[in-house]
Amino acid sequence: MTKFKTTFLIAALAAGLTGGLSGGLTGGAAMAAGEGLVENYDFAFEGPFGSFDQMQLQRGLQVFTENCSACHGLRYVAFRTLADEGGPGLPEDQMRAYAEFYEVWDTSLEDGFGDFRTATPADKFPLGGFVGAPDLSLMAKARAGFHGPYGTGISQLLNGMGGPEYIASILTGYADPPACAPEDQEGYYNTAFANGGFPDACKDEDGHHTVPGSWIAMSPPLYGDDVEYADGSSTELDAVAQDVAAFLMWTAEPHLNARKQAGLTGVIFLTVLAALLYLANKRLWAPVKHGQDEV
Amino acid sequence: MSHADQPAGTRRDFIYYAAGGAGAVVTGAAVWPLVNQMNPSADVVALSSIRVDVSAVEPGTQLTILWQGKPVFIRSRTEEEIAAGRDVDPATLPDPLAENANLADRDAPATDQNRALSEDGVWLVQMGVCTHLGCVPLGTSGDFGGWYCPCHGSHYDTAGRIRKGPAPRNLPIPVAAFVDATTIQLG
Amino acid sequence: MSGIPHDHYEPKSRGEKWLSSRLPVAGLLSDTLTIPTPRNLNWMWIWGIVLTFTLVMQIVTGIVLAMHYTPHVDMAFASVEHIMRDVNGGFMLRYIHQNGASLFFVAVYLHIFRSLYYGSYKAPREVTWIIGMLIYVLMMASAFLGYVLPWGQMSFHGTAVITGLFGAIPFVGESVQTWLLGAGAVGQPALNRFFSLHYLFPFVILGLVLVHIWAFHTTGNNNPTGVEVRRTSKAEAQRDTLPFWPYFVIKDLFALVVILVVFMAIVGFMPNYLGHPDNYIEANPLATPAHIVPEWYFLPFYAILRAFTADVWAVQLVHWISFGIIDAKFFGVLAFFGSIVVMALAPWLDTSAVRSGRYRPMLRMWFALLCIDFVVLMWAGAQTTEFPYDWISLIAATYWFSYFLIILPLMGVIEKPESPPATIEDDFKAHYPDARTPSASPAE
Repeated sequence: MTKFKTTFLIAALAAGLTGGLSGGLTGGAAMAAGEGLVENYDFAFEGPFGSFDQMQLQRGLQVFTENCSACHGLRYVAFRTLADEGGPGLPEDQMRAYAEFYEVWDTSLEDGFGDFRTATPADKFPLGGFVGAPDLSLMAKARAGFHGPYGTGISQLLNGMGGPEYIASILTGYADPPACAPEDQEGYYNTAFANGGFPDACKDEDGHHTVPGSWIAMSPPLYGDDVEYADGSSTELDAVAQDVAAFLMWTAEPHLNARKQAGLTGVIFLTVLAALLYLANKRLWAPVKHGQDEV
Repeated sequence: MSHADQPAGTRRDFIYYAAGGAGAVVTGAAVWPLVNQMNPSADVVALSSIRVDVSAVEPGTQLTILWQGKPVFIRSRTEEEIAAGRDVDPATLPDPLAENANLADRDAPATDQNRALSEDGVWLVQMGVCTHLGCVPLGTSGDFGGWYCPCHGSHYDTAGRIRKGPAPRNLPIPVAAFVDATTIQLG
Repeated sequence: MSGIPHDHYEPKSRGEKWLSSRLPVAGLLSDTLTIPTPRNLNWMWIWGIVLTFTLVMQIVTGIVLAMHYTPHVDMAFASVEHIMRDVNGGFMLRYIHQNGASLFFVAVYLHIFRSLYYGSYKAPREVTWIIGMLIYVLMMASAFLGYVLPWGQMSFHGTAVITGLFGAIPFVGESVQTWLLGAGAVGQPALNRFFSLHYLFPFVILGLVLVHIWAFHTTGNNNPTGVEVRRTSKAEAQRDTLPFWPYFVIKDLFALVVILVVFMAIVGFMPNYLGHPDNYIEANPLATPAHIVPEWYFLPFYAILRAFTADVWAVQLVHWISFGIIDAKFFGVLAFFGSIVVMALAPWLDTSAVRSGRYRPMLRMWFALLCIDFVVLMWAGAQTTEFPYDWISLIAATYWFSYFLIILPLMGVIEKPESPPATIEDDFKAHYPDARTPSASPAE
C-alpha cells in the first residue's frame, strides 16, 4: 500500500510542479542567448495579501506622464479608470482634468474624415508617439523577470513572474559599456535587458556572452531626480523606477486588489466547506468503517 | 445531559445540514458573478453620462447629438419661442405633465418653466424621439413653431409639448444640467 | 445494470408512477446515483467527479465569456482586455476559464495514471478506456482551439506550428492544412472557425462522458485490488459494495472542495503562473517569439514530436523502408499521435492475469519510471532542442513507447505477481479491522 502511495505522491507532486515548467522555458533558452540581471524588488502588491500602494501608483502616473508618454502609449487604459477604486484613485475632477491634457482622434468628426478632439474620461490613452516604442498597457504581464532554475519554474513559483521587477531593473540597469564592446555598438548597454544587440567581441569561443545583459534601443529615460513629487517622496532612481513599474503593474492588472480579495474570500469559504464536508463524510462512514451503532 | 432527550437523528444530522447549508452559500456566491456579468460593463456605464459643449450653439439653432443610441435636441431658443412657450395653460394640453426627469415632482405641470433647462428659458434639452412610434421629429416646423414628426403628423410646440397628432406625450426631458457656463452634462 | 444484484428503483407515489410509465427518468437517475460501488475505493477514485465538475465549470464560464468575446483578428485581443477590465467580474471569469483548463488536465492525467496502475483498462473495461482516450483527444483539441482565441503571440505562432504538423502528411498534407486553416496561413478564417469548434467540442465531450459513465456502470467500477465485486448473490454483493449515494458522493464532494481550495488560491494569487507572458502581446505574424512553447499539458507530446529528428537511426530506417515517404517531420507527427495510440492499446498489450499494480511488484517499478518519464518529457518539451535536451527527449520518448509496446506485454509473462485478496470485503476489513459488513445493513 505504501508503494502506490509513494508512486502517486511522486505523480501528484510532479503534476503539481510540471505546470511551472512552461514558466521555466525562457530559462533554458536564455542560457544560449544573454542573461539579464533582474533585481527582486519588493512591491506592495506582492503576495496573497498584497495590494497596490495608492500613492505609489499616483507617483508612477506622474513619472509616466512626464517621462514615458512622449513615446509610449497605454492603449487599453481608459482615463476614467484613474479614478477607480484599487488604482491611483484620482478624484473625479482631477481625472477629468488629466484627460483633457490629451487629444484623441475621433473618426466621427469632420463628416467621417475624422479629427482630433479633447479626450473625455471614457476615452483611452492614445497610442505611443514613437513607432519603435511598445505600448505599455500590458508590459508588466508580457515579461517574466524570473526563470528556471534549469527550466523547472521554481523561481517564478516563489518570487512571482517578475514583470514589474524586470521593468524596474531595466530602468536602473543602464551601465557603462564593458571594455570589450566596440565604439560603434548601436544602442545603450543595459544589464537587465537580454534580447538586444550584442557584439561578437564580448562573446567567448563557444559563443557565450561574457557580460550580462545586452544593448537596448531605448536611451536611458530616467537618471534619478527626474520628477519632483509634491509629497516629497524619494526621487532616487531606484524609487522612481519602482514607482513607475508599480504603476505599469496597475495598467496591466487594474483589478489586482479585487482579484486577491476574491481569492482570499473564496479560499476561506471553501476551506470552511471542506472542513464541514470532512466531518460529514467521517460521520457517514463511521458505522461502515468502525461498526459502531450510533443512536 | 439532555442529549438523550433529543429525537434520534437531530444531533447526527446537524453536520449534514451544516455542510449542505455551507454548500448552498458557496453555490450562491458562485452563481452571482455569472448573472452580474450581463449587467452593463464599465465602458457602457461610462458612456451613460456625457458632456456637451454648447458654446457654438447660436440662439434659434439646435444641436442634435447621439446619446445612448438616441438623438437629443439641445436648442437655444429665441425670445419669441420662449414667449410662445410660456403663453400656454398646461391644463389645456393633451399631455399636461412636464415629463422632465430633473424635477422631483413627477406630476409637475407642463409649464414652459418646468421644461426649460435654464431659468431664462433659453436652453431646452429633450429626447429627439417622437412619443408616438419613435421617429425623429423635424425642428422649426409644424403648426406650433416647434417640431413636426413627418411619420404620422404629430405637432410639438416651442417647449416640445404635443399639441396635435397621435403622439400621446410631450418629448421627454432627460437628466441634464449645466456643469459650467458652456457645458451641459447629460445623464 | 452492472450485473451486480441489487434493489432497483420502485415508483412509490402516484406522481412517480405517472412519470415512470411515460418516461423512466426518475428510475434511471435513482439507479445511477445509488449504483453499488466497491467499498474499498481510495482517494485516486475522486478524479472522475473533479473532471465532471471542471467540464461543467468550463462550459459555464465559456458561454459567459463568449457573450463578450469578438472572434476577429483586429478585435480579439482587445475584446479579451475588455473582459479583463470592463466586464463585471470579467477578470475572475477569464482567469477561472484559463486556469480551469489546467485543472482539467491535472485531473485527467491523474485519472489516466490511476487507470494504468490499477489495470482499470483491462477486460471487461476496454470500451470505457477507449471512450476515455477519445475524450482525452477531444480535450486536447478543445484546449488547443481555445488557446488561439486571445490572439496573442503564443496563440498565433503556436497554432502555426501545430497546424503545420498536418502539412507533414505525405501527399495530402498541404491540402489538409489549407482546408483546416481556410487559407494558406493562420488568420481570420482560422480564428473564426476555431471559435466555433471550441464552443462545440465540449458538448461532444459531455456526450462522450455520459457514454463513458454508461460503460463503466455496465461493467461496474474497478477498485484498488482489481478483484471483481461478487455477483453470485445480493447478500455477497452488499458485503463488497456500498451505494454510490451517499457514501461516495459525499466523499467525492469533500475531495472536490479541497481541490477547489487550491484552485481558488491559484486563480486568486497566481493566475498567470501556468501561462506564458508572450501571450499578453498581440499577435504579430511577422515577429516569431524566441521560443514557441505550448501550454504545459501538451509539453510531453511536444517533446516526443521534436525528439525524432533526421539523425535518429529509427527515423532513418523508416525513411529508407518507406521509400522516402516518411521523413523526419512526418515521423515526429506519427510519434506524437502514436504516443496516445499505444496508450489506448494498453488493454490488448497488457498480458498479465493480475489486474491491479498493487500486486505486481515488477510492473510497479516500471510504472514509477513511467510517471517520472512523463514529468521528464514535460520538462523537456519546454527546453530548446540543443544538447543535452535532444538526447533526454529521445530517451524519455523511447521509454514511453517501450513501456506500452515491450514492458507491458513482457511483464505478464515473466512477472511473478503477488496474490490479490479473495474479496473486496477482505481487503476492506484488512484496512478497517472493526468494519461491519451487512449481516446488518450499513447506516443510511
